[in-house]
Amino acid sequence: MTSLACQELHVSIAGISVCERLQLEFSPGQCWGLLGPNGIGKTTLLRCLAGLSAPQTGRVLLAGEEMEKLPRRTVARLLGMLQQHTVYVFDASVLETALTGRHPHLGYWEREGALDKQKARAALEAVDLGGFESRSVTGLSGGEARRLAFAAMLVQEPDILLLDEPTNHLDMRHQLRIMRQVEKQVGGTGRCAIAALHDVNLAARFCSHVLMLFGAGEWRAGPCRDLLNRENLGRLYQCDVDAIETATGPRFYPG
Amino acid sequence: MIPSNYKNVLLLLLLLLSAGSIFIAAATGSVTLDWHQWLSAMRDSASPHGELVWRLRLPRAMAAWAVGSMLAMSGCLMQVLLRNPLADPYVLGVSGGAAFATLLGMGFGLAAPFLPWLALLGALLSILIVFGLARGRGPWSGTRLLLTGVVTASGWAALISLVLSLSPDNSLRGMLFWLMGDLSYASLPLWALLVLVCVFVVIVGLARSLNVLAMGETTARLLGEPTQRLLWIVYLLASVLTATAVSIAGSVGFVGLIVPHLMRLIVGSDHRILIPAATLFGGLFLVLSDTLARTLLSPQQLPVGVITAMLGVPLFLLLLNRARLQGG
Repeated sequence: MTSLACQELHVSIAGISVCERLQLEFSPGQCWGLLGPNGIGKTTLLRCLAGLSAPQTGRVLLAGEEMEKLPRRTVARLLGMLQQHTVYVFDASVLETALTGRHPHLGYWEREGALDKQKARAALEAVDLGGFESRSVTGLSGGEARRLAFAAMLVQEPDILLLDEPTNHLDMRHQLRIMRQVEKQVGGTGRCAIAALHDVNLAARFCSHVLMLFGAGEWRAGPCRDLLNRENLGRLYQCDVDAIETATGPRFYPG
Repeated sequence: MIPSNYKNVLLLLLLLLSAGSIFIAAATGSVTLDWHQWLSAMRDSASPHGELVWRLRLPRAMAAWAVGSMLAMSGCLMQVLLRNPLADPYVLGVSGGAAFATLLGMGFGLAAPFLPWLALLGALLSILIVFGLARGRGPWSGTRLLLTGVVTASGWAALISLVLSLSPDNSLRGMLFWLMGDLSYASLPLWALLVLVCVFVVIVGLARSLNVLAMGETTARLLGEPTQRLLWIVYLLASVLTATAVSIAGSVGFVGLIVPHLMRLIVGSDHRILIPAATLFGGLFLVLSDTLARTLLSPQQLPVGVITAMLGVPLFLLLLNRARLQGG
């Protein structure tokens, strides 16, 4: 299984530093929560980790190779990203859209085979879109479009899953469903997920590690049990945070 | 949308209809041929009817078919490139450059056989200008290409107005016909046929990449497409198709907008089916339009662009209305 590593990574956007000297390895079997207040640069960091934009300095290594030197097709077979917004302009069916996840695995003239379609159907089932196969994507609700985009990423079968606010637009049931899928991908098949989240309790419930962005380039990373506490979260979000202990670990709420 | 099993049947049907439309175009006109006359004309190209069919009507029908299919293909590409289902092949100024060069040639009284070459030259010049300016130094962006193209197109429009206002009255009629798109003197040169076939093969090969690109540049990159390269390939192929079509028939409107749109409603957005369907239907549509243009007010011949616009505008409004109803 593939790992993703940052070496001395300095990322900034519009002159504001997102993280400085970020030295971190995202290993197989880990689920990372990326936490930080609005506009701190979570998306910018994820885009950099996906090789969509270049860092100021430092390097991102995918499977030990420098990201910028890898062809996009190779990257796409190893790494997938769920973007924050999903807008479908052209009319296509839900199944066709899920099948686009197979794109990096198919040759120039090759068509999707029975196995690819089976994978797409299974992924749609997994996000509760079974029976939607022939529906048009332009008629989907925000939450349904979101789940479809997630399903397309599952069909891509990447080892590294970058998720930009995966639970956006989703009701509570589907938030859990998506996060359980992430958990299953990471636990069952030894993949690695990095998810930007606004819900600290989803991170507390589903993530093994967190990366906190405090602004001005400051960051902290480590296992949830070490970092997820009232003091750190209070400092992260600049507000009072209280905690209660539950059967599945601590939960946090505004104090 | 029709079920995928029927899509190949539809392509076959469009192919047959295309052949049928060329047959109709060859048989109708000032002298309308019945079935027997047509058959004997086909067998004997030296007979008067044979002369009419082989030397006048068939070349014109073939040219119409090729121009229609190239414009439809180019429209499909432009719509993906600009990620806008309402983009057409002329939106980035290719036809403007061709029109300016051709009208200038007409104004100076250049002989008709040279005009297609001038049109091609003008179109290529416009492509280079937009390509150079939009590329700039920064990374590629669709918005920048669109703005550069649209502004270049309006620049050409201004120059065209200038040429029209300075031209003598006796050449104005020819110029206006050209601007509306006219197949009266059109024929299909071999190189244009080669462009059509080659670009078609390349695009059908790229069809799955186009599907991904239609979902947005970032999505396409995440799915493994080197998008910078792909976008420029799409732009250049679309421009070459438009330039070739315009050099043959002037700027025939609406084909590149209506045909991809209509086909999208019928076969969906998968470019592996959409491109062949639009190519066949575009050819068919323009052959029939041109036949109407020749016969509707005969002996008076209309520029085919008038017919495509008269068919295209109501059709488009109808589709738009339907889409709005479906969208709620």
